[in-house]
Amino acid sequence: MKSLKQLALGAIAAAALLGPTWSTDALAGSHSKKETIKVGVLHSLSGTMAISETTLKDVMLMLIEEQNKKGGLLGRKLEAVVVDPASNWPLFAEKARELISKSKVDAVFGCWTSVSRKSVLPVFKELNNILFYPVQYEGEESERNVFYTGAAPNQQAIPAVDYLMSEDGGSVKRWVLAGTDYVYPRTTNKILKAYLLAKGVKEEDIMVNYTPFGHADWQTIVASIKKFASEGKKTGVVSTINGDANVPFYKELANQGIKAEDIPVVAFSVGEEELAGIDTKPLVGHLAAWNYFQSVDAPGNAAFIKKWKAFTKDAKRVSNDPMEAHYIGFKMWVKAVEKAGTTDTDKVIDALVGIEVPNLTGGISVMAKNHHITKPVLIGEIQDDGQFDVVWKTKGLVAGDAWSDFLPGSKDLISDWTKPVSCGNYNTKDKKCLGAAMAK
Amino acid sequence: MQRLITFFTCLFFLTVPVMSAKAQPVSNEPAPNGEATTNGAASELSAPKQELPALVEELKGKSTTKKIETIRAIAATKSMRAGPILEAYLNGKLFKKKTDGTIVIIQKDGQGLLLSDPYSGKSLGTSPKNKYKKIRVNNRLRGVIRSVLGSLQLRHPDRLKRLTAAAAMFKSHNPKSIPFLRSALKAETDEDVKKRMREALAAAQLSGTNAQAQMLAIKVLENRGDKPALTLLQSATRQGASAEVKERAETAVRRIEKTLAYWEIGQTIFYGLSLGSVLLLAAIGLDITFGVMGVINMAHGEMIMIGAYTTFVVQEVIRTTAPALFDISLLIALPLAFMIAGSIGVAMERGIIRFLYGRPLETLLATWGISLVLQQAVRSIFGPTNQEVGNPSWMSGSFELGQLVITNNRLWIMLFALAVLFALMAVLKYTSFGLRMRAVTQNRSMAGSMGIRTGWVDALTFGLGSGVAGIAGVALSQIDNVSPNLGQAYIVDSFMVVVFGGVGNLWGTLVGAVTLGVFNKFLEPAVGAVLGKILVLVLIILFIQKRPRGLFAQKGRTVEQ
Repeated sequence: MKSLKQLALGAIAAAALLGPTWSTDALAGSHSKKETIKVGVLHSLSGTMAISETTLKDVMLMLIEEQNKKGGLLGRKLEAVVVDPASNWPLFAEKARELISKSKVDAVFGCWTSVSRKSVLPVFKELNNILFYPVQYEGEESERNVFYTGAAPNQQAIPAVDYLMSEDGGSVKRWVLAGTDYVYPRTTNKILKAYLLAKGVKEEDIMVNYTPFGHADWQTIVASIKKFASEGKKTGVVSTINGDANVPFYKELANQGIKAEDIPVVAFSVGEEELAGIDTKPLVGHLAAWNYFQSVDAPGNAAFIKKWKAFTKDAKRVSNDPMEAHYIGFKMWVKAVEKAGTTDTDKVIDALVGIEVPNLTGGISVMAKNHHITKPVLIGEIQDDGQFDVVWKTKGLVAGDAWSDFLPGSKDLISDWTKPVSCGNYNTKDKKCLGAAMAK
Repeated sequence: MQRLITFFTCLFFLTVPVMSAKAQPVSNEPAPNGEATTNGAASELSAPKQELPALVEELKGKSTTKKIETIRAIAATKSMRAGPILEAYLNGKLFKKKTDGTIVIIQKDGQGLLLSDPYSGKSLGTSPKNKYKKIRVNNRLRGVIRSVLGSLQLRHPDRLKRLTAAAAMFKSHNPKSIPFLRSALKAETDEDVKKRMREALAAAQLSGTNAQAQMLAIKVLENRGDKPALTLLQSATRQGASAEVKERAETAVRRIEKTLAYWEIGQTIFYGLSLGSVLLLAAIGLDITFGVMGVINMAHGEMIMIGAYTTFVVQEVIRTTAPALFDISLLIALPLAFMIAGSIGVAMERGIIRFLYGRPLETLLATWGISLVLQQAVRSIFGPTNQEVGNPSWMSGSFELGQLVITNNRLWIMLFALAVLFALMAVLKYTSFGLRMRAVTQNRSMAGSMGIRTGWVDALTFGLGSGVAGIAGVALSQIDNVSPNLGQAYIVDSFMVVVFGGVGNLWGTLVGAVTLGVFNKFLEPAVGAVLGKILVLVLIILFIQKRPRGLFAQKGRTVEQ
């Protein structure tokens, strides 16, 4: 469509404008200080995804600055190399290549959308470098060069549905799976649907609805949700609606008078940042499932928020789940480099498995063999001040499962990057590693 | 589960004598002082009058099931304060002090917190925020509280409270509440409330077992004729007390379904008109810059964005300096948005576009570059995240017209779009500036020789188009994100409407926008939002093949230039 082409053109132009300034900066750095360890930051600073990703760049800069104040790493200073892939998926691959080959970074923290991650994967494999990916995603992937610090479906979607089914969550019997039309919602909804059917929910009690990116006119869809909910059974909405489309969606919900106790909406992509643009008073009681909320009462979190507000010099800045993921990922990488005593990619990859780091919600997250981490799952209720209040959480930490147990294709697969398996998609039935054959 | 809860709730009200809010004097319970650390056991021992504080203390507990019992017990204390306390709890205004656990009701006031004693309602002064912790409430509890409040407030002196109470009773439709509703109905004088209560009574009766009462109830519900009534009747077709009732319910269901189908078409048309008005607003400005002047203005969307950000800034200023003016913030933002977007438009025309007349490709690239610059500028100034633009009270919520749900903000935007369109038409038709503008666009050299400064007319025309886009931004800030990407969402749609309606024709833009809106909304439920959008684009392409000049093609000599 037209808008895509425009977007692409815009991104190229924006990249042309911004690209040179950043990279020259990085080059100048590499000449003057040979001793620094370079860390790549690959987040969109312009284009549609800038709304979410800019914050992550800021967090990385803060973490690196903090590490340098502590004396750096292996006695050397850290240096951030920031590039702007401008929400343009092919440009992500180019910028990743530039970071690794030209700027010689030792690890990259970046990407938000799944499509951007898929776009850089081949580069990281080819040039053998490390990517920390901080966002909740659809699973069905495990790569040797990627460490997934965001939630896999079993660390977010499944517990959220369990909560809605429970008595406290309202004993929901009828389900609306509403999402934006791209890979994350489609895969997540496929998993959820299989899960719900396995739990005895009837096919006619599940309504799946997809909308385009940036969908702004929700009148008919909200009305159809209302209609679907009026059939007598308690109905809940599971929302994988992404980014900008959320604000008009919630505004329409509020205007059509849908209260949380009538039709609760649990969202997987709505965090503190997204709520910053909405008057949340009519939304109190709607839910979100994450592994971190700013409102979590833990000493580590309070200190982090204080540092973050001081770093950004903005007392209103909020913190959110992907920020915590970067926090954990960065600390893990630092620990692994210290353990390995070098920044050599292969050694650090091996050292990373089993590394333990305290997360911000008071637990200890561990990097597992499948390159996913353990996390608590929290369900938060939207409050009138734009924050979340945790109403439910898992007893302990949940280990991330790369391959969903509810999809026929991935049921028998496991991922284990330690010897002797060393495989991202090992079939436990056939005792075979599928390797790159099924990567596509 | 919910039914079970409401069942218990109502049970409580049957066991306690019916109480009237007016009849009960304000009970002056002692306010708890610092060491209020009572537990459940203590509350059982204490006299009924002292129960309320002890029960409220129990709300601090963890178990939801236990809290539900407590809520019912609070309502059963017959205390005048039970209602306000439960209402505060429902709205998340019940807090406990972090240090000693004292319970207070907190109202948020611009700067600090206003504390009041839950048991006497007396003010306790103000306090900084972090000393209190909210007593947690969840969706299950909210449902319980609402239905409990419903029964508590059925005789509340406030008419609106009684209406909500009746609605809550309708929703819970518990047969146990029949006598209670009956007596409330007898005492009721307001016709609207009476009607609602009768419906609540009918709903309760239908859920009961008395066949005769059920027959009467079906009639009342049939007259109500909306979706919830339909749901109740549908269950009666399965669980009616007698075959006769079931049959009667079935006819009622069929009749309601038939009328609802018509209403649904009406509702879809409303949605379509509303989408059409949004498209119209977004496209009007472009109809001036692109339609009349022929400039392919890719920065049009950013003018809308600037209008939206103007609204944001105006609201921020109002929030900090004069919160009382908040409801008219949009009216203040309108002229400002027009002037700011308009002057940026004039600057753009004078600075860049005037050198590019007659070179459409370069204009396209240049304006598109400007759009990126503007976006990134806004991103640097305000940050990449969404900004909150509040809805004034007269633009929030919805009302019902028959079975139509009309949301206020959509209705206002519709009216506003038409007002802007007609104002613009009047400017073009009746003002001397409009006359000059038409003269210049129709025949530049002739207009020039008549003494019109064509350059300035160009600049002002472009400014007018941009200003109108700015005004559109004020309206769109009410329904969409206010983020640097706001404009991108509308640019394609705007071009679509202008090209479809016929370039340079405001009537065409109106008809085009409304047609696309209604068409889109009828497609959406049938094929889904994604496919619907694609289909609309495909159909427009086909249409343009057949009629390259759109719905209302301009005729005459000037067209070829």
